[in-house]
Amino acid sequence: MSKSPSALGMRGRIAVRALRVVNATSRGLGRGSGTVAGGRVAMKIDEDLFRKLFVGRTVILVSGTNGKTTTTALVRAAIGGDPASNLTGSNMAAGIVAALSTSTSSTCVIEVDEPWLPTVMNAARDAARRAVVLLNLSRDQLDRASEVRQLAQRWRDHFSSLENSAEWDVIANVNDPLVAYAVQPAAKVTACALPTPWHGDAISCPHCTKPIHFDEGLFGSWWCDCGFRAPHPDVFFDDGVRMDGVTYPLSLQLPGSFNAANAAAAVAAAQRIGVPPVDSIPRVNAVEDVAGRFGERMWKEQKFRLLLAKNPAGLAALISTVSEGSSPVVVSINANVADGRDPSWLYDAPFERLRGRTVWCDGTRALDLMTRLFYAGVDVRLTDDDPLFPRGLPSGEIMDVIGNYTAFAQWVKKSKAC
Amino acid sequence: MGEKEQGVLKIAVIYPELLGTYGDGGNGLVLVERARLRGYEAELTSVAIDEPLPDAQIYLLGGGEDGPQRRATEALHTDRSIAHRLNDGALLFAVCAGLQIVGISFAVEGGSRHSGLGLVPLETVRGEKRRVGEILVDVDGRDLVGFENHAGHTYPHDAEPLGLVKRGYGNDGVVDGVYQGGVIGTYAHGPVLAMNPWLADELLGHAIGHLLEEIDTPADRLYEARRKAVRHSPRTP
Repeated sequence: MSKSPSALGMRGRIAVRALRVVNATSRGLGRGSGTVAGGRVAMKIDEDLFRKLFVGRTVILVSGTNGKTTTTALVRAAIGGDPASNLTGSNMAAGIVAALSTSTSSTCVIEVDEPWLPTVMNAARDAARRAVVLLNLSRDQLDRASEVRQLAQRWRDHFSSLENSAEWDVIANVNDPLVAYAVQPAAKVTACALPTPWHGDAISCPHCTKPIHFDEGLFGSWWCDCGFRAPHPDVFFDDGVRMDGVTYPLSLQLPGSFNAANAAAAVAAAQRIGVPPVDSIPRVNAVEDVAGRFGERMWKEQKFRLLLAKNPAGLAALISTVSEGSSPVVVSINANVADGRDPSWLYDAPFERLRGRTVWCDGTRALDLMTRLFYAGVDVRLTDDDPLFPRGLPSGEIMDVIGNYTAFAQWVKKSKAC
Repeated sequence: MGEKEQGVLKIAVIYPELLGTYGDGGNGLVLVERARLRGYEAELTSVAIDEPLPDAQIYLLGGGEDGPQRRATEALHTDRSIAHRLNDGALLFAVCAGLQIVGISFAVEGGSRHSGLGLVPLETVRGEKRRVGEILVDVDGRDLVGFENHAGHTYPHDAEPLGLVKRGYGNDGVVDGVYQGGVIGTYAHGPVLAMNPWLADELLGHAIGHLLEEIDTPADRLYEARRKAVRHSPRTP
């Protein structure tokens, strides 16, 4: 741990040692990726450890309902080197503590679960440089998470109460009215107008609840009759990242306009901490695979591309991406605790766009999905009804698999990279 | 052939931008598609917050967060037409926040009380805790399955409920919803008609004027699977 032992102190050093032992044991026992248990133990030993681990470092936090993990990977690529990151996706305090204490890098790129953002920003108050990327807010796992407007309010209250607000560079996707609302009190906002197809949770104004009007034109502007409107963007996406009067073209390996939005946010964040787009963009372009997502994989002699969507906004983005093809698609839906136990949200996703395609329904809630797709007029099959699946599918084609959280993880586990 | 059969069956989803947090729009889709599968002409309309309610045989109210729930109630007060439409024979199917709105009063945000539409004699206060989980309701001997997620406690007990709670909480842990004067309501939120095809058909039959022939859809398999699963869930969440 070269990261300033003086900042950690005796108690902090004991805590970090305990964390390593616990995590190594947990990995040895095959209990997950071994990041959370150790973090919990360490924070019990030293309650101030979370703050100490950020002291003197350059910190970029990434939060929002969709695209956190991918954008964290893209920010890492953009700034180069090997920053401390919670790449396993453990994005609450314990997982973040584990990531910070197992890397010696002076830079950290950290994915943060949305409700945890105020806590993590407070912990990072003694970092040398601070930036936070806020992507979007939409409905997600409503059985256990806060309702989305409450979350926007919590972020906003946090920015209102923040001391030294100007020390935080806030890179915010203001095409999402809820994000724009949350960052209004922040002192130093880089307003980004990024592709944001989902407005389902921001149709009524967070200030006055009247309807928000959306102009689906180039810059995705929106306004409410009460005067709340999209701020003028500093960065926008239009065949490339446009900032400070210059357009930088992107040629991403990752699919979809949602990934272009994530990449633009990453490039803007890197620029704010001193890495210019000419350096960051080639590295962002080269990213091919993020934790099993987007890359080609093989299972039972069939090639697949695995895609993760946990909520209607994520599904809407992926449906646009896959609807350009003609081959069958697999959609796999579970309703475990980590997925949210209530798959009602399937009715908020625009499955109608898959009409004319065959969709294989998979996962523990395949019947909920099959019913949804039946009413959408889509040709449906159940993987459980066909013991030969995926044999008999058009060979040589890559089949897209969209899974929600634990369903996606099962597909990663049973397939191999190729 | 009833008069209603001649024309188009109209289904209107009320203020989906405010009341549609949990996929509640699915109920409109299910009704329209199940009517069409039987050869009826059916039309689904979404009513925006500043529009007057259109003519329809079935109106749908969904769930929503506290602010939007209050706003939707105010807009329906201003519109003033829903009670007349129910008197004229229309149906109102209301889930979750929608169920609270049709009552006399409801409490949101730390307990402040608001007037509901007063269509049914129900009052809702903040319950001790949020009720999140599977719900199973016995509706005249038939199972209604779904998922509830609300902080309401709705009374009185002896208003005409939709059914008896077998799993979950519903209005008060004993009964769920309401079935009175053209209003059918339940705490089983979201696309509850997708999961319970029999209830969708019952509403359609009521609107069309006679019982409908049975049809075979994937929803029947879903219904049986959920009944089986929910019987193993906790009695109260």
